[in-house]
Amino acid sequence: MSDTGPVVLHEVRKTFGATVALESVSLTVRPGELFGLVGPDGGGKTTLFRILATLLVPDSGTATVLGRDVVRDLWDIRSRVGYMPGRFSLYPDLSVEENLRFFASVFGTSLERGYDLIKPIYQQIEPFRDRRAGQLSGGMKQKLALSCALVHRPDLLLLDEPTTGVDAVSRREFWDLLDTLQASGLTIVVSTPYMDEADRCDRVALMQQGRVLAIDAPSAIGALFPRPLFAVRGRPRTALLDALRALPTAASVHPFGEAFHYSDTRTALAPAQIAQDVLDALRARNLDGVDVTTIAPGIEDAFMALMGDAPGVPVGVPA
Amino acid sequence: MTLAIDVQRLTRRFGAFVAVDAISVQVKTGEVFGFLGANGAGKTTAIKMLIGLLEPTEGSAQVAGYDVRTQSEEVRRRIGYMSQRFSLYDDLTVRENIQLYGGIYGLTDDEISTRGAELVGGLHLDGAHDALVGTLPLGWKQKLAFSVALLHRPLVVFLDEPTGGVDPVTRRQFWEMIYAAAARGTTVFVTTHYMDEAEYCDRLSIMVDGRIAAMGTPAELKAEFGAPTIDEVFVRLARPAAMAGGV
Repeated sequence: MSDTGPVVLHEVRKTFGATVALESVSLTVRPGELFGLVGPDGGGKTTLFRILATLLVPDSGTATVLGRDVVRDLWDIRSRVGYMPGRFSLYPDLSVEENLRFFASVFGTSLERGYDLIKPIYQQIEPFRDRRAGQLSGGMKQKLALSCALVHRPDLLLLDEPTTGVDAVSRREFWDLLDTLQASGLTIVVSTPYMDEADRCDRVALMQQGRVLAIDAPSAIGALFPRPLFAVRGRPRTALLDALRALPTAASVHPFGEAFHYSDTRTALAPAQIAQDVLDALRARNLDGVDVTTIAPGIEDAFMALMGDAPGVPVGVPA
Repeated sequence: MTLAIDVQRLTRRFGAFVAVDAISVQVKTGEVFGFLGANGAGKTTAIKMLIGLLEPTEGSAQVAGYDVRTQSEEVRRRIGYMSQRFSLYDDLTVRENIQLYGGIYGLTDDEISTRGAELVGGLHLDGAHDALVGTLPLGWKQKLAFSVALLHRPLVVFLDEPTGGVDPVTRRQFWEMIYAAAARGTTVFVTTHYMDEAEYCDRLSIMVDGRIAAMGTPAELKAEFGAPTIDEVFVRLARPAAMAGGV
């Protein structure tokens, strides 16, 4: 099973000097899937995309894209993959339409032949077709880059952090667009540092410092959190945070929006009992409006637990 | 009550385009103020005016007690600024970056070495004093950049998307540094695309098409819009504009 699928990675490793960018990564993307690589900068997401786009060769391990080997069959792969790099990589001095025609011609096709596929995206920037790409707004550049990656009707779309630095509204609209593309049968691999966007994928790989922490459906990832989880609210916030951290049985305490997510080391105890204990302890501290609720852990909760609550430590620094 | 930032009908036009349209904002000393808005809403233009890098077309702004138009040198001496991508020199070591910025802000050699040691100790970076900044993980870089932006003890610090791409644990540590700075009396003016971080601010404003469409504490804004989260408030305010503007 693991050697079929639009993308199959087997123990892929890539280093740059002393830096290990990818550490034995294995994963399989299924046909027609919207697959997410989720994790912060330095996780290895961009290196992985460059290997899939045949721009980098792995040190060891194997990678196939659409059934072809990324090292041996790179020319076959390149014509069938659409790749949108994280950095704007179109020609700023060419107009919107010139960029599109250029990318179409490189792949031996034409704007007209690819038009129906890119139409839902391209229509939004078509009124500016004579404007130089360098003079577009950030959102329009993104739409042009996506159009250029799609114009040759690829079988696989690779999108490296298309929503980084993009506001919450435009991000939602971009994911709506990906849903439309997926519905046309395209397989999509997309990376993002925003944990909340993972919910929009069929399956995600959580990546941190070159390693895959977990691969699963978003709904199943939360279940990897190892303890019962509680949302704690109250005022003042800083006093509440200190009080939670001071609890002798606190396992993790993290701010989450207006609440704090708290987990307890007494995993054998019933969640309701833990909630009551925490509530009693906090009420003794003169905090206002304290409330403790059992909640289902989300992807960000699981991610932090899986990374061991210990972010990357620079070289030469005692952990 | 003293105001760290007092903005009255601040406006900036580029030709016929009104990037910032008569915004008024007051931020109290020691407040953590979230300055939210969609891409292209005018946030960066407004911040450039507040840090004295761009002349307002109309209106006035006082930052740290000085007028940004007529006393921009005085303003710049009393503020810190940190952008998402470029703040420190990757090709210099941690120590060299501290020396460079300390020098730019006119600290004495003694101040640079005392405050530099405090800074590095506070970040637990002692072992990395001579590491090139470019070799540090992003989260550490951003924490270091924030500390360096505070080196000259500014009254107000401007943070432009400081946590973009930073891992979830370090992102939260960064916010604890923000709280600690505010507790020492530094006023923090911060932008972010993480809506959970918006909830951590004392007060926030949401900019839409050059204007301030809403302002208040996170609780006030959620009550005003009958929304469970700031994310929802943001989407309701910004979505119609995004649709119309085609950005």
